[in-house]
Amino acid sequence: MKQFATLVNILGTSTKTNDKLQALQDYFAVAADKDKIWVIAIFSGRRPKRIINSTILQSWCIEIIGITQWLFDECYHTVGDLAETISLLLPEPETPTDGYRIGVAPEHTLSYYLETFIRIEKEDEAVKKQFITESWEQMDRNEKFVFNKLITGGFRIGVSQTMMVNALAKTVHAPSSVIAHRISGNWNPATASFEYLLSESVAATDFSKPYPFYLAYAVNEDLEKLGAENEWQAEWKWDGIRGQIIKRNSDFFVWSRGEELMTEKFPEYNNFKDQLPEGTVIDGEIISLAAPAEEGIFKPLPFAALQTRIGRKNITKKQLTEAPVGFIAYDLLEFNGEDIRYKSMAERRQLLEQVIAQTNYPSLHISPIIAFDTWESLGTVRTRSRDMSSEGIMIKRKNSPYQSGRKRGDWWKWKIDPLTIDAVMIYAQKGHGRRSNLYTDYTFAVKDGDRLVSFTKAYSGLTDKEFAQVDAFVKRNSIEKFGPVRTVKPELVFEIAFEGIAASNRHKSGVALRFPRMSRWRQDKKADEINTLDDLKELLKNYNLPLAPEGK
Amino acid sequence: MPLIEFSDKGLYCRQGNFYIDPWKPVDKAIITHAHSDHARAGSRYYLCHHLTKPLLQLRLGDHVYESADWNEPVFINGVRVSLHPSGHIIGAAQIRVEYNGEVWVASGDYKTEDDGISGAFDPVQCNTFITESTFGLPIYKWKKQAAIFEDIKNWVAQNRENKKTSVLIAYSLGKAQRVLRPLSEMGLPVYVHGAVWNVHQALVNSGWNLPEVKRVQPDTPKQNLAGNIVIAPPSADGTPWMKKFYPYSVGVCSGWMQVRGNARRRNIDAGFALSDHADWDGLLQAVKATGAQKVYATHGFQSAFSRYLNEQGIEAGEVKTEYGSEEEDSKTAG
Ligand SMILES: [Zn+2]
Ligand SMILES: [Zn+2]
Repeated sequence: MKQFATLVNILGTSTKTNDKLQALQDYFAVAADKDKIWVIAIFSGRRPKRIINSTILQSWCIEIIGITQWLFDECYHTVGDLAETISLLLPEPETPTDGYRIGVAPEHTLSYYLETFIRIEKEDEAVKKQFITESWEQMDRNEKFVFNKLITGGFRIGVSQTMMVNALAKTVHAPSSVIAHRISGNWNPATASFEYLLSESVAATDFSKPYPFYLAYAVNEDLEKLGAENEWQAEWKWDGIRGQIIKRNSDFFVWSRGEELMTEKFPEYNNFKDQLPEGTVIDGEIISLAAPAEEGIFKPLPFAALQTRIGRKNITKKQLTEAPVGFIAYDLLEFNGEDIRYKSMAERRQLLEQVIAQTNYPSLHISPIIAFDTWESLGTVRTRSRDMSSEGIMIKRKNSPYQSGRKRGDWWKWKIDPLTIDAVMIYAQKGHGRRSNLYTDYTFAVKDGDRLVSFTKAYSGLTDKEFAQVDAFVKRNSIEKFGPVRTVKPELVFEIAFEGIAASNRHKSGVALRFPRMSRWRQDKKADEINTLDDLKELLKNYNLPLAPEGK
Repeated sequence: MPLIEFSDKGLYCRQGNFYIDPWKPVDKAIITHAHSDHARAGSRYYLCHHLTKPLLQLRLGDHVYESADWNEPVFINGVRVSLHPSGHIIGAAQIRVEYNGEVWVASGDYKTEDDGISGAFDPVQCNTFITESTFGLPIYKWKKQAAIFEDIKNWVAQNRENKKTSVLIAYSLGKAQRVLRPLSEMGLPVYVHGAVWNVHQALVNSGWNLPEVKRVQPDTPKQNLAGNIVIAPPSADGTPWMKKFYPYSVGVCSGWMQVRGNARRRNIDAGFALSDHADWDGLLQAVKATGAQKVYATHGFQSAFSRYLNEQGIEAGEVKTEYGSEEEDSKTAG
């Protein structure tokens, strides 16, 4: 556990990608195979389930150290993270000067802890309590932090799956795309072995495995530098869930970009299974579509409609009719059982058109190509994105292979500019995690006559320096305190950018925004120069757009 | 009338007509230590410990300074004043004030672990104790200094292996001198920022035997710095001045580093929870050792700390002061 705690510590504090990569490689070089398997699982979204809720965990800590609830709360408020608070409050184990702990069992491994979690998951609270409190006694602060993170299921460390894959690739001397492919799919960290997981034979036998997704970087106005227009293909950027559908060995799988197997969630796709040829993998967008009107015409429904489908275990008839799900195909990755990612996009597109043409399922569409002559004319098309319920335009190089992960050069997303509104800050609250000591969560208002009406919260978009300045302002200009919320003098004006706006009866203002953030601190503006509620309503009228919950 | 009042200029003894660590200019100021949130310019007369005097001269410029030794009584209008080591930084004192058999002690900043350079904290019996509470929550429990020094040395060695310069962020007065000794044991040249250099020179000139340091000059060749150690104050972190050391790794020595979020927020590579303030256990131990019937907490988590003391049967109140604004607001140097 110590090795892993050290790794997490470095990953959590290090600011440079190279250092993180090195730390992961160092870990993979020395850790036991069983532990490595678990690390791969943890960093690829296969976290163990939480075995105890945080309130109970907290009460055990309070009981052990014998402090009052308010003092615990005060500590938690200052630290901003429960797992860390507990790790700081619990006593450190006695360490004799020679470094060995006398009378204590030898250190347990990461896999020991995780496998015990699984073993006791369904046991009584008393069993869990004994295991957890005894484990605490043996671990130092760093280990306790990691352990608490694992038991509460809230394990988020600044490491992307891609980074983990790269480190693993270096360790086992294999291309990272191969590694990404091998660790994707359906495997169980409790039973898989390191050799098995990374062996050549795995990909051959596990028919469910998707390919790693190729992700685009954002491009801004300066498209001229992409060169000749005719080397590029443009498509709409659809706003659903990126996914892969796989037909292999007469079986059928649907994967989301989050590497979640979603086959069961979309019974609509069952027909694809019969119609798609054997050995086919299609990359595309899982999206709610209104019932097909005419051939080739489709209209996406709000993302929220799709969201209702993902959240449920069992899909009802009602949901199937209200939010039917279709698939918009972007790319063909496997054809006749052959991995064709190395072929040019133009070739793959041709094969894709061929495959889709063979099917006649009304909800399986091919992503239409947008014809354009000049970058400028494409820009004009882009202004229609909102009418198309699209987020903007994708630009892909015609002769590019299908790469893995986020890579620059061949694929670009050209999103539409956000909508903006100028608003004044009226409430502030302390942030979480790395911002737990600063007021960084703000509520904003627009004018309605001489009244201020709150309409959104936002937490991001300012630099650390600006946050520090606003924090100082909040501390000096609080009018009232309600629990953690401070009412502040309405003085600071911010430009709030957002991706969509929809009517909402949950909000006083009657609107709800999608992805609101502070795009600019308008130090040049006074509070009486902000936008009005009528301005918001005007935006609502013009851009009543699908709403998706945050964090999509 | 209480012996010490909490006025808008600072802690005030009406009988003696003097202030302790006033934040506005006054006639007579008694100074606990030379940190800028405690020692401010503009007063007519200053009393401090011998070791603090050169530091006040450096930082506040020309004023009337008088100094005293540890436990040497100074009588001011019938009030007996004496200074006692607080263990915070070089020369840092607790101020003991006695009149008509009643004793108050103002702690200034203190720590209970003997760091080997600031003098060992001296618990002073009193009726009323005014204590700091910078780290007055039970999440703050320091590792032993020796263990943290080991961590710092390992970090420097690791950086050297990776061909990086170790830039250690430490408050120029106190922390910088404290980490200098263990660092100098590594046998590597230690470079310092101008602010650290100035304090270093003032201490050397007043007779301190400190390990040798080199000042980072505009013409210091880059290759002299590579893989070596640089000590810089928090204000230098993230400024173009740091460019010279590239590639480097930044480590911050501060009690605030106890909490991960603080290290992450500051975008540094390593945080060492090395503090010149007492931790939770240290504060409690100090308060109990004074035997005080009444405690005032200031400078930090005063409301939580005083509430806890009351629950423990020690009568305590919280006092708002203007201490803690320079060192602590930056959340770096505590
Ligand atoms: Zn101080
Ligand atoms: Zn202070």
